Amino acid sequence: MNAELTARPLWRRLLGFNLLTGIILGVVGFYFGWWLGHQIHAKSLEYFADTNQNDVALLLGYLFLVIGFLIGLGFAKYPLSRVLGRDHSHHENEGGGIGRYFGVSSDHKVIGMQYLVGIGVFFFIGGLNAMLIRAELLRPSPQLFGAGNYLTIVGLHGAMMMGIMSSAVLGPFANYFVPLMIGAKRMAFPRVEALTFWLLMAAGVIFVSTIFFGGFPTGWTGYAPLNNEANFGFDSYIFFFALVGLSMTLLGLNLITTMVTMRAPGLTWGRLPIFCWGVLGTSALMVLAAPVLIAALLMVAFDRSVQTSFFLSSSGGSPYLFENLFWFFGHPEVYVLALPGMGIILEILPVFSRKPLWGYRLAVAGILGVTLLSFFVWQHHLFVSGINSALRPFYMLSTEVISIPTGFIFLVGMATLWRAKIRYTVPMLFCLAWFFNFFIGGVSGVFLSDTPSDVSTHGSFFVMAHFHYTIMGGLVFAFFAAIYYWVPKMTGFRFNELLSKIHFWAMFIAFNSTFAPLFALGLMGMPRRVVTYPDHLQALNIWVSVSAFVLGASMLVFLANVVYSMVIARKPAEANPWHSKSLEWQLPTPVPVHNFDRIPVIDSDPYDYGVPPTPPRPMPTGAPGIATYPDNK
Amino acid sequence: MSEPRHFRRILWIWLVVSVVATLLVVLVAAPGLPPGKSSAEGTGQVVDNTVLLGISTPIAVAIFVYFAYALIAFRHRGPELEEGVAIRGNNRVQITWIVVTSAIVLFAAVYGTIRLLNNGSGGGQGSDPIAKPSGNPLQIQVIAQQWAFTYRFPSFGGVETAHLELPVDRDVELHVTSLDAIHSFWAHDLGVKADANPGVDNVAYVRPTETRSFDIRCAELCGLWHGHMFDTGEVVSDGAFLAWIRGQQRIFAPATAQLPPYRTRYEPDPQRRAG
Repeated sequence: MNAELTARPLWRRLLGFNLLTGIILGVVGFYFGWWLGHQIHAKSLEYFADTNQNDVALLLGYLFLVIGFLIGLGFAKYPLSRVLGRDHSHHENEGGGIGRYFGVSSDHKVIGMQYLVGIGVFFFIGGLNAMLIRAELLRPSPQLFGAGNYLTIVGLHGAMMMGIMSSAVLGPFANYFVPLMIGAKRMAFPRVEALTFWLLMAAGVIFVSTIFFGGFPTGWTGYAPLNNEANFGFDSYIFFFALVGLSMTLLGLNLITTMVTMRAPGLTWGRLPIFCWGVLGTSALMVLAAPVLIAALLMVAFDRSVQTSFFLSSSGGSPYLFENLFWFFGHPEVYVLALPGMGIILEILPVFSRKPLWGYRLAVAGILGVTLLSFFVWQHHLFVSGINSALRPFYMLSTEVISIPTGFIFLVGMATLWRAKIRYTVPMLFCLAWFFNFFIGGVSGVFLSDTPSDVSTHGSFFVMAHFHYTIMGGLVFAFFAAIYYWVPKMTGFRFNELLSKIHFWAMFIAFNSTFAPLFALGLMGMPRRVVTYPDHLQALNIWVSVSAFVLGASMLVFLANVVYSMVIARKPAEANPWHSKSLEWQLPTPVPVHNFDRIPVIDSDPYDYGVPPTPPRPMPTGAPGIATYPDNK
Repeated sequence: MSEPRHFRRILWIWLVVSVVATLLVVLVAAPGLPPGKSSAEGTGQVVDNTVLLGISTPIAVAIFVYFAYALIAFRHRGPELEEGVAIRGNNRVQITWIVVTSAIVLFAAVYGTIRLLNNGSGGGQGSDPIAKPSGNPLQIQVIAQQWAFTYRFPSFGGVETAHLELPVDRDVELHVTSLDAIHSFWAHDLGVKADANPGVDNVAYVRPTETRSFDIRCAELCGLWHGHMFDTGEVVSDGAFLAWIRGQQRIFAPATAQLPPYRTRYEPDPQRRAG
């Protein structure tokens, strides 16, 4: 923040473009859209008179909310100054001060921190919903919320975790560290980067607002024609997921462009850190899959608001069309959640094994193979749906084939541990837990991919256990590995070791204790998303619920750790506490605003650990504040 | 100190543990697994799961033994930071791994396809099923709507019942459809599942092999009372089934006269709005 800005009176600063003006204009925009929708409604759409639910008004309300919010944040400033021919060379909020976190910033490090906190908030909201679900399932008949609210809670949990958390790694860590890892001073499109974050935050708030409009009964999948008969709380889901899709698409485009065009000299594709490969694969999935979701949701919005019938079989549409469009997005989406985890794991493993990454090319082939194949498996979600059954063997094959590139990741990880010197730091513990969880998730996936076996497990708690093992056991464990590994660089403070280890062990044990019994519950015939179940399943459900509460408590330990380590104790972290050879750790803490004074020249991949030592690389020229490479001893 | 022969040790541990574990899983645990042996389809799925468990148990043992060994044998000791061995890859290991995993995957896919040809293994096959039982199966239509299943018997005058009874040891052809949202007909104990889509005829086959009652649940989220959409059916002897269905025909005769003629799909109301 420059001197001229701080010299402004307080009211002027509050009315500048920041979060506060964004919220004010957002609320104004919502009521404008709401009013506009009722004008249209009163004149033309008689149908809504019976239901007292004006989808047009709500959808327009959300649309103008987002527009108002973005203008209030200051996103119009740059395009307007271009149009009006004014000076547009400034960069938003790149200085110091806490204020830069509450507005549009074009510094990728500020945006990374914003993402980390913002996603953390919605992760806790989603997790709270999981606690409510498990509280309800303590008894075999409805007791706390009733059937309708229960489904809303299930939908909020599912869609929040699938939507917001799809940027859980790319938002905070890729935005923050990809430029540092590839030796760039910034991202390719800094304002687009800021836009992805604020779109995601708007999406999250819009989604939570569904509780004011009656919730929605569809779960995160939102199948037609249930989505057409749903209350208008479903419009929140539509707008939320479309905004998430938009945010994902832009985020992916930005990261791909950055990595393709802005790598430092000498950083060939063969030297790119493996985390960046994971990000690249994920970004490709986001760019190719998320627009399909946006299109499908737009069609649902039309079906609901202006009486089209894309998905209504009685008027010539087909619910299968929605299922196909949804899963054409939805299956790559689950790899959007899995791939960054693989990238993080393989990035961290060499550091704490003190060995080079074994089989770098195989790891890249694994990541790209998963990326490619994930577009050819989506109909395994529709094995018993009655779609052309001749295709089932193909989708069975393609789904099982995807375990080959996934196996590459395992081989690379396992071989990297071979004759290593493993240090059990907290990030490493989370990495190793990833292998355990993801293996169980993967093996249970083989049973689901096998069509005859899937007949009984489809749509049951078995599936639920399977994808929690891959997503929570995969993504969330990798996410925490990344937090413990990289946050000391981002904030400059180190975590409390004891609290971190308590968090890990509580989380790891409670996670397995929660989700392993769900396999059994599924096999015993418990479908997903039910508020009632047979009495003889109660004992197992109570076990799961209690474990889930412990899992929730482990998150509170994490929260306590964050508050204690980052706010109270504030023990400064070393610049390179892990003795990593990766480029981002060679920078001082905190990282300077423009990262590198001069762009470094790269002459090897970042994994030259181990004995016999490879000849030392020359200094990345221009990395400020470092005279020599850190001593390995 | 020379390096011990880690690979040979791991191989021996794996061999011993996996032989024991696989035998236990395949011979003891797997045959008792759901969905059980109350129908030809359920029995088929148990066989299928047993084979898959037989393949995946040695793999799981290999992974866990390797990790357990590596985490103990290759752990870092002492306060000094030590470097591991700088190995960057090994072509023979990579090729072996790729060949072995590919072979397992191909086997699983081929085996699954062969099992699938066995009357579709109880799964919904759409309106034009590929794998059918020979002979003349008993046709029953399952009509799902929010939030109950009803059943129509075209070979018994198109009578519609609120309860399902099936004759034992006879092939049944279930035509699953819906009048509103997407539901899924799941007879868990018989190993049958088929989605009920509005305007779609989804066919699944089942051949119950023992007389018993079985649970029916909706397995696809279908709105407010999805959790309450369950029912209990009965597998009975052929004679008991005939007596039951003739009784239903008599009781529901006036209702049957009011029903639309039997069709494989019905047009739902497009303007319906509910929770």
